[in-house]
Amino acid sequence: MPKDSGIGASPKRREDVRFLTGAGNYTDDINVNGQAYVHFLRSDVAHAKINGLDTSAAEAMPGVVRIFTGADFEGVGGMPCGWQVTDRHGDPMQEPPHPILAQGKVRHVGDPIAAVVADSAEQARDAAEAIVLDLEELPAVVNMKAALEDGATKVHDDLTSNLCYDWVLGETDDAAVQKAFDDAAHVTTLELTNQRLVANPMEPRVAVGDYNRGTDEHTLYTTSQNPHVIRLLMCAFVLGLPEHKVRVIAPDVGGGFGTKIFHYAEEAFCTFAAKACNRPVKWTASRSEAFLSDAQGRDHVTKIELALDKDNNFTALRTNTLANMGAYLSTFSSSVPTWLHGTLMAGNYKTPVIQVNVKAVFTTTVPVDAYRGAGRPEATFQLERVIDKAAREVGVDPVALRRQNFVTEFPYDTPVALTYDTGDYNGTMDKLEVAADFAGFAARRAESEKNGKLRGLGVNCYIEACGIAPSNVVGMLGARAGLYDAATVRVNATGSISVMVGAHSHGQGHETAFPQVVAEMIGIDESQVEIVHGDTSKIPFGMGTYGSRSLAVCGSAMVRATEKIINKAKKIAAHLMEASDADIELKDGVFSVAGTDKSVAWGDVTLTAYVPHNFPLEDIEPGLEETAFYDPANFTYPAGAYACEVEVDPETGKVTIERFAAADDFGNIVNPMIVDGQVHGGIGQGIGQALLENCVYDDSGQLLSASYMDYAMPRADDVPFYTVDHSSQTPCTHNPLGVKGCGEAGAIGSPPAVVNAVIDALQSGGKDVGHIDMPVSPARVWAAMNG
Amino acid sequence: MYNFEFVKPASVADAVAALGEEDAQALGGGQTLIPTLKQRLAAPSKLVSLSGIAEMKGVSAADGVLSVGGATTHGTVAAEAGAYPALADLASHIGDPAVRNRGTIGGSLANNDPSACYPSAALASGATIVTNAREIAADDYFQGMFTTALEEGEIITAVKFPIPEAANYQKFLQPASRFALVGVFVAKYADGVRVAVTGASEDGVFRWSEAEAALSKEFRGDALMDLKVDPANMIGDLHGTKEYRAHLVGVLTKRAVVAAG
Ligand SMILES: Cc1cc2nc3c(=O)[nH]c(=O)nc-3n(C[C@H](O)[C@H](O)[C@H](O)COP(=O)(O)OP(=O)(O)OC[C@H]3O[C@@H](n4cnc5c(N)ncnc54)[C@H](O)[C@@H]3O)c2cc1C
Repeated sequence: MPKDSGIGASPKRREDVRFLTGAGNYTDDINVNGQAYVHFLRSDVAHAKINGLDTSAAEAMPGVVRIFTGADFEGVGGMPCGWQVTDRHGDPMQEPPHPILAQGKVRHVGDPIAAVVADSAEQARDAAEAIVLDLEELPAVVNMKAALEDGATKVHDDLTSNLCYDWVLGETDDAAVQKAFDDAAHVTTLELTNQRLVANPMEPRVAVGDYNRGTDEHTLYTTSQNPHVIRLLMCAFVLGLPEHKVRVIAPDVGGGFGTKIFHYAEEAFCTFAAKACNRPVKWTASRSEAFLSDAQGRDHVTKIELALDKDNNFTALRTNTLANMGAYLSTFSSSVPTWLHGTLMAGNYKTPVIQVNVKAVFTTTVPVDAYRGAGRPEATFQLERVIDKAAREVGVDPVALRRQNFVTEFPYDTPVALTYDTGDYNGTMDKLEVAADFAGFAARRAESEKNGKLRGLGVNCYIEACGIAPSNVVGMLGARAGLYDAATVRVNATGSISVMVGAHSHGQGHETAFPQVVAEMIGIDESQVEIVHGDTSKIPFGMGTYGSRSLAVCGSAMVRATEKIINKAKKIAAHLMEASDADIELKDGVFSVAGTDKSVAWGDVTLTAYVPHNFPLEDIEPGLEETAFYDPANFTYPAGAYACEVEVDPETGKVTIERFAAADDFGNIVNPMIVDGQVHGGIGQGIGQALLENCVYDDSGQLLSASYMDYAMPRADDVPFYTVDHSSQTPCTHNPLGVKGCGEAGAIGSPPAVVNAVIDALQSGGKDVGHIDMPVSPARVWAAMNG
Repeated sequence: MYNFEFVKPASVADAVAALGEEDAQALGGGQTLIPTLKQRLAAPSKLVSLSGIAEMKGVSAADGVLSVGGATTHGTVAAEAGAYPALADLASHIGDPAVRNRGTIGGSLANNDPSACYPSAALASGATIVTNAREIAADDYFQGMFTTALEEGEIITAVKFPIPEAANYQKFLQPASRFALVGVFVAKYADGVRVAVTGASEDGVFRWSEAEAALSKEFRGDALMDLKVDPANMIGDLHGTKEYRAHLVGVLTKRAVVAAG
């Protein structure tokens, strides 16, 4: 029987009522009395020296409040990078300055040069057009290989080259790795590109800066996944403001997908300008601006080699990746191709020798940072593609080859720094075989062939490191922040509860799922519990939402705080019933004394906490509010197996997805419906990457796919109905809920399944195609089929 | 957007007069023009809306000719051009419902986007573009990407399509915009077959004369077997190479012939 409340139940998402009825409160809905508007003048070339910047005519335009240029920010800090990667020689990465407004040079199309603050948005835009700019164009740096050649144009003059770092993980002894390859019975090699993507949340970024002259307090309303992180970075590294004088509010946020984690120049600008102009300052990105200023995702070029012994055991894996950083280091950019990518190269397999090399490269393009999955999709894609290719080359079933090499004993120390605490990859694959109906594939293929179509089945596994992350571990790896989270549980006198959480909900359904946990622990109705998030003045602290961490880390803090509440409430109950604390039991919202018929209700206890007429004041304080910070002991390791069935039209190369099945192990599940939705959305994004999306710059650094006319987002009819199975569950061993996180899995696990399926289809049609880079567009499939 | 004046005349004569002003521009459904204005890529002083002109709206069929008013929306054509099913079908696959409820045939033909659908129908049907001043044969009207025979201020008031014996439009979607990556309109008349191709050529919509000759002899998909389109003049971009588009022209033409029956 499915439960109808508490952990494991699927109540509908309470937040959807406001989203679906137009009652949401997004940042662009916020208008502060007297606000002015900012328009950023952005570079329309990829790389240039600013020889002249004359704002005098623009300043005289109607409505202009003030025009800011780089000169206004001399001495102000630049946008910081939150993770220092140490290269293979022990040296720190090259870290160029990232100014709020360009200082002497522009480095990508969209790089902000000047900011016009005016009474209206249109006036600001008019005035920006009147700024006279003298740009001396420099050669664009677009191709990563060329960027690393001797004598290449440098993106940053003060750096020694365009190489940010050259990093190695796993076996550092090149000769040892080579020996493993020399000894191999078979080596499969694959070169591939994991293309750049634009995140494209439905809501473009917005920032409103407000300054109160009377109290010297700043408020920033912003489209962020982590308001405390923004406050910390902006205060400590950029503007030098005292944190207690700065409030950051991220109200309803219309999707993030990673690109709203980062601290952006526009946020610091609006905060700064509100004080400088003594007026609230608002910026709303247009979609075109979003394409040119939101951090983009992926963009790896990789060579991967897999060594197998004569029995098809994986013996070694070597990867060489070029990772595009874009023009500047966005907040977590440096960690994505290293600690979020290299560490996952073991996948679900017990390959004993692994060497991962990543060279991060500066180019004159929009900065690249975490995008749903962040490094893990890149790792999964190359590994699961090379395994598929190897299976074909050695002539074994790709599922059998995977099963043979699965990690089966836990905990398992990978050669690339992680310890998987638990998992059951064979069990998950068993679920997939049923969910995807492997048995019926041959008949479906025959049916497709009758209709002149090629049908393919693609399978892959994935593992991710989520629940980011143990602070001591990430600190050792170069993170400049801790990655714990926090929650305050505030019980009101009448028994209802507000939980202030550091995790931010922008599509994940926290407002529904988190109360399910607290309500279950206490035994009260979910409607009595509400979460509060997205405002640094209301919540204790929080590192925000990304890396599938909210429930695993912040949810754990919430559990700890609720445990403290229950302990204290038991003491009060014991006092009321004149019993000993140890004898008090809490069930269904009623405290009773073990072995007696004495009981008091939850509401009696909470009222007593706030009306302490009869209260153990000598032992405990009145009130009922507790805070907990939670720092996880390890990452969590969601894992799964996905299967995709495609049809290929051999005449046009068009791929249609006919079936898609996902078997995931997320550990325990709080709200199965929300988890289904997260997986559906993730797979949709993965299919978008596999078939449609492509962020392309031309040789001069112009973004060719700069609007929806050329950047193909997945639409409803591009995706099939999904079969999703979460019944394979190995609970996380180290957090109190046993949860692992589910937000990124779909986007991580699905691209290789799609591409593997396309290759399988083409092979079945007698076309010996080894690989097609994503997006697997009709044109690319047709080209691959025709030589 | 820059500021502009806005007028909504009720007759073609008033619209023509309003368009006589310097930098005045006609506004059909605004599905191309409004995004252009929003991006500040155009700065007309005055927009002359054609949507209030009753004489420019509606679909009617008589004597083997389907007439569509220049300000008729795609949605109306989809619903009311039953006398020319292939044309109604084409209109029903333009953009999304919002686009179809605003966008007009006059706007589409005036704009002559190289990937738009209607130009292929007009050219394959040997349609007549009727303006406030004259009648222009489709063969003379389309003059390359975004270029037409229209004079400054000239308004398309109607389009007259001779109704073919059989016809079909095959649209292969550009994955992002869902305009035609390649679209082929085949129309079979008593005196021969016409084939017009959109989306493919650097020169905009064009007639594939070899296919027309072959199909006029024998209206069967197989008739095209030995024909190839020269990739040289095709569009090559991030959605498809010249060779791919040339190949698609052949595939889609064959499919259109088969579907037309
Ligand atoms: C999301 C989206 C998807 C689309 N998909 C497709 C598609 O799949 N296939 C396709 O073919 N098109 C597509 N379009 C384009 C659409 O069909 C437009 O409506 C059409 O191209 C322009 O028509 P309009 O009436 O909106 O013209 P407007 O945008 O108002 O005007 C366009 C131009 O035509 C001029 N003009 C307008 N009417 C007349 C007239 N009667 N006489 C002379 N000049 C005139 C205007 O001055 C302007 O220069 C799409 C558009 C959008 C926004």
